[in-house]
Amino acid sequence: MPQIFKPSADTWLRTFAAVAALGLIAAALFGAGVARSDWVTRAGWPVEQPVPFSHKHHVGDLGLDCRYCHSDVEEGRYAGLPSSHVCITCHSQLWTGAEVLEPVRASFAENRPIAWKRVAALPEYVYFDHHIHVARGVPCVECHGRIDEMPLTWRAKPLQMRFCIDCHRDPAPRLRPVNQVTRMDWTGWASDPANRGFGERAMRRFHIQPAKLTDCNVCHR
Amino acid sequence: MAERRPNRASDADRDAAVTRAITRIPLDYPHRLAWWLFFLAALGLLAVFLVSVTVLFARGVGVWGNNIPVNWGIAISNYVWWLGIGQGGTLISALLLLVQQHWRNSLNRFAETVTVFAVICAGIYPILHLGRPWLFYWMAPYPSTMGVWPQFKSPLAWDFFAVVTYLTVSIVFWYVGAIPDFASTRDRAKRRSAQVFYGLLALGWRGAARHWARWRQAYRLSAALAVPLVVSFHSEVSLLMSAGPIPGWASTVFPAHFVAGAAFSGFAVVAMLATVLRKTLGLQDLVTAKHLDMLGKLMLVTGMLTAYGYFAEAFNALYSGEAHELQTLRDRFAGAYAWSYWGAVILNFVPLQLMWLRRFRCNPACLFLVGLSGAVGMWLERYMLVVTSLYRDYLVSSWGAYHASVWEWLLFAGTVGLFMVGFLLFVRLAPMMSAFEIKAAIFEHEESVDV
Repeated sequence: MPQIFKPSADTWLRTFAAVAALGLIAAALFGAGVARSDWVTRAGWPVEQPVPFSHKHHVGDLGLDCRYCHSDVEEGRYAGLPSSHVCITCHSQLWTGAEVLEPVRASFAENRPIAWKRVAALPEYVYFDHHIHVARGVPCVECHGRIDEMPLTWRAKPLQMRFCIDCHRDPAPRLRPVNQVTRMDWTGWASDPANRGFGERAMRRFHIQPAKLTDCNVCHR
Repeated sequence: MAERRPNRASDADRDAAVTRAITRIPLDYPHRLAWWLFFLAALGLLAVFLVSVTVLFARGVGVWGNNIPVNWGIAISNYVWWLGIGQGGTLISALLLLVQQHWRNSLNRFAETVTVFAVICAGIYPILHLGRPWLFYWMAPYPSTMGVWPQFKSPLAWDFFAVVTYLTVSIVFWYVGAIPDFASTRDRAKRRSAQVFYGLLALGWRGAARHWARWRQAYRLSAALAVPLVVSFHSEVSLLMSAGPIPGWASTVFPAHFVAGAAFSGFAVVAMLATVLRKTLGLQDLVTAKHLDMLGKLMLVTGMLTAYGYFAEAFNALYSGEAHELQTLRDRFAGAYAWSYWGAVILNFVPLQLMWLRRFRCNPACLFLVGLSGAVGMWLERYMLVVTSLYRDYLVSSWGAYHASVWEWLLFAGTVGLFMVGFLLFVRLAPMMSAFEIKAAIFEHEESVDV
């Protein structure tokens, strides 16, 4: 009977099988990498806005408190975006003719909100409440990063479920004094002996129980 | 068939005749017209499957009739039913291989094929019944960005592991067993394309002594993996019901009852297919009266074990004296779905009694009908177990009825099509019986007679 395959067929088959196996592994690694990449999470990508608002200038250089503009953060689910009236409190006096602020003046004059684009968006099936996080001393910088160093605003953290749940499992090292939640620079805070055990004390005081914080229905209601 | 009858005068001729009778089927298929008619019917049902799945995905599980309190409708009863059918195939093939019952050799290959396609039909149900089926991979423990494992307390996660494991082992067992026959088919193939196709499947099998030794190890190992899986898998299926606080689902006989019932329905379907294939493919010399006899006996044994399960369940409920258990028992006997209970009891166990007599066991038509009755009866049993327990659970305020919607029935018909398409393609393209094992069995039989 004539041979069906050439002698090299076996080598080809083995090579193909090996390449296919490696390809599967590579595809899995690639997929896992893409799912974690900034390209998917949008972390670090500035979002184009109607007005190129600089948190670096307003927070970092001028020292405005977060709550001056995001005034709902202590009571509401959403931190809230400022109405144009808030902008105009200063900009009726400063840079009144600046072209870059024209949309703000137009919005104020027409009584029509500026269409800011959301930077730190969560999926609609996630229940997130700013008020409880602020009230328990999770500082803004923990999720929003060094906003005082952002000339344009970008998402600082990936905001994937792992990011939320890492903190819900171990909140203590992230907790800060409630009256300082808007402070941006915490360098040296953790190594200061005066703050040793602060997180644990805060957890006891506020009855924060990680076992309950990781229940599905804490965030998915 | 007379001209193909093996010539007893020469062993070599007889072996060649066995190989020819089996390998000619994929290479030069007999009864093409009948096959095409069956296949067209199966394709029609497969189209029904695709349509009902598309509708399900487009409009969501709301197109089904299941809702509180009957969250599990025929999606789950079909899942359990298909799994049960699959397990009969594994038991026939793997268990009887391990205990060296050589008469199995005419049945094992297509029994294993029944397993593979039945498990596929079963395995898609847990995916389809999800609210967001495209996220089914969340059941797998993969390195996700969510930072959580699958919920190991959930029967859904158990189903995932059970189905994936069982499907993998079934396919490996099926394929390893078929390698020598793929090689025979390759050697007898005339067309180049067929030679390459079966040659690739045969993985360069030359029939060397070392090949046989390795093959025997691999085959017996995979059989040894498959047999405990049958038991653990169907116990898992019963456990996923027992995990729910529902009256009528907590009987301690459940694991054994489910395994016996699964084997019974599997043997019933294998008996149906064996009688049909034997007739349509002219394999009366290979699937003999003895095989039908053994299938009948297996059905009888597992069927009576299942009957004991019915008795034990009813006894359990009565002995418990618990009001809801008794209520569920009454509902099964005389409630809105009593037809499913009595249908299961009658179809499963009444025709089965014919199997006590050899005359009926060896009659293919009779065996086929008893098998059909058992398959339908076991379907009714799964339906009965799911629905009669759920429609009146512990919360009286949530009692309600369940009626499967047209899309559920169409999907069920569609999975039959999926099964048939796969099985018919297999019958057409693969060596349907284990040629070399039949030859070995005939040889060993004659050796023992000579001594």
